[in-house]
Amino acid sequence: MGLSIAAAISLYGVSFGALSAAAGMSLWQTVALSALLFSGASQFAFIGILASGGTGAAALGAATLLSGRNTIYAVQMKALLNPRGFRRLAAAQVTIDESAAVAMSAPDPVEQRRGFWGAGIACYLFWNLATVLGALLGDVIAEPEALGLDGAVVAAFLGLLWPRLRSLDAWALAVLAALVTTITMPLLAPGIPVLAAAVVAVVWGLVFKGARA
Amino acid sequence: MSLWFWVLAACAAVYATKLLGYLVPQSWLKHPAVGRVSAMLTIGLLAALVAMNTFSAEQSVTVDARLGALLAAAAALMLRAPFIVVVLTGAAAAAGIRALG
Repeated sequence: MGLSIAAAISLYGVSFGALSAAAGMSLWQTVALSALLFSGASQFAFIGILASGGTGAAALGAATLLSGRNTIYAVQMKALLNPRGFRRLAAAQVTIDESAAVAMSAPDPVEQRRGFWGAGIACYLFWNLATVLGALLGDVIAEPEALGLDGAVVAAFLGLLWPRLRSLDAWALAVLAALVTTITMPLLAPGIPVLAAAVVAVVWGLVFKGARA
Repeated sequence: MSLWFWVLAACAAVYATKLLGYLVPQSWLKHPAVGRVSAMLTIGLLAALVAMNTFSAEQSVTVDARLGALLAAAAALMLRAPFIVVVLTGAAAAAGIRALG
């Protein structure tokens, strides 16, 4: 199971590497994001905001807020596996959508541990290798716009969002967040409209507690 | 140099969000509102990033080939295409619309 996820994540990593290069990141900056930050959606957010003219601070803010769900996974993984010492530091780094999903779908503690570490480590290796490959490919692309790489970024974010739109509640918030962003884009500095949408999402989550479908 | 600062700061901040879950007492984050707000935050941010990357222009908004990429990607997702196919569909749509226009 870990390996099939790793194969999928490799293709995803190639797209991240190429788009990161197109966004103006150096090879080593792209490598640093995959090796040290290691959370796909946050990495796409970071380069996406920089590419559209946002500040480093706005990119940092969006990447960090998007990783809030990793905090929730970490709480769940602590309950399942309770790693200690160095293992805890390593477990934190590989606590992502995929490893948490595999661990939580496993039937018993042995399989949970094996699933978490297997998926986490496989994803880490394949994601990083694929990123380097993508970044090298992206570096030789002379005209990113003619190849539609800006369209690829749009598609990548929609692809990340899509599996989370499983309820009317989620759809409504997604439409509202997109509207707030689009309406405030001419008024606010680049990158800030995304953070404004984050505020809307938090308020939405707190106000419509019972509305979960 | 300055870009490197933000890259490394983002790496440290995201690692901190992961480690935090292992360090705080479980009861602190057990409230159902925490999980819900986190899920909504992810959806809101990703939707905002879709909108920003589709309509962004120099201090304004614009409609161009990227909207075609968005619609093509949505069609691919409805057909349950894998992530890489969705990304390539978006790129092909934007490139195709530009080549025609």
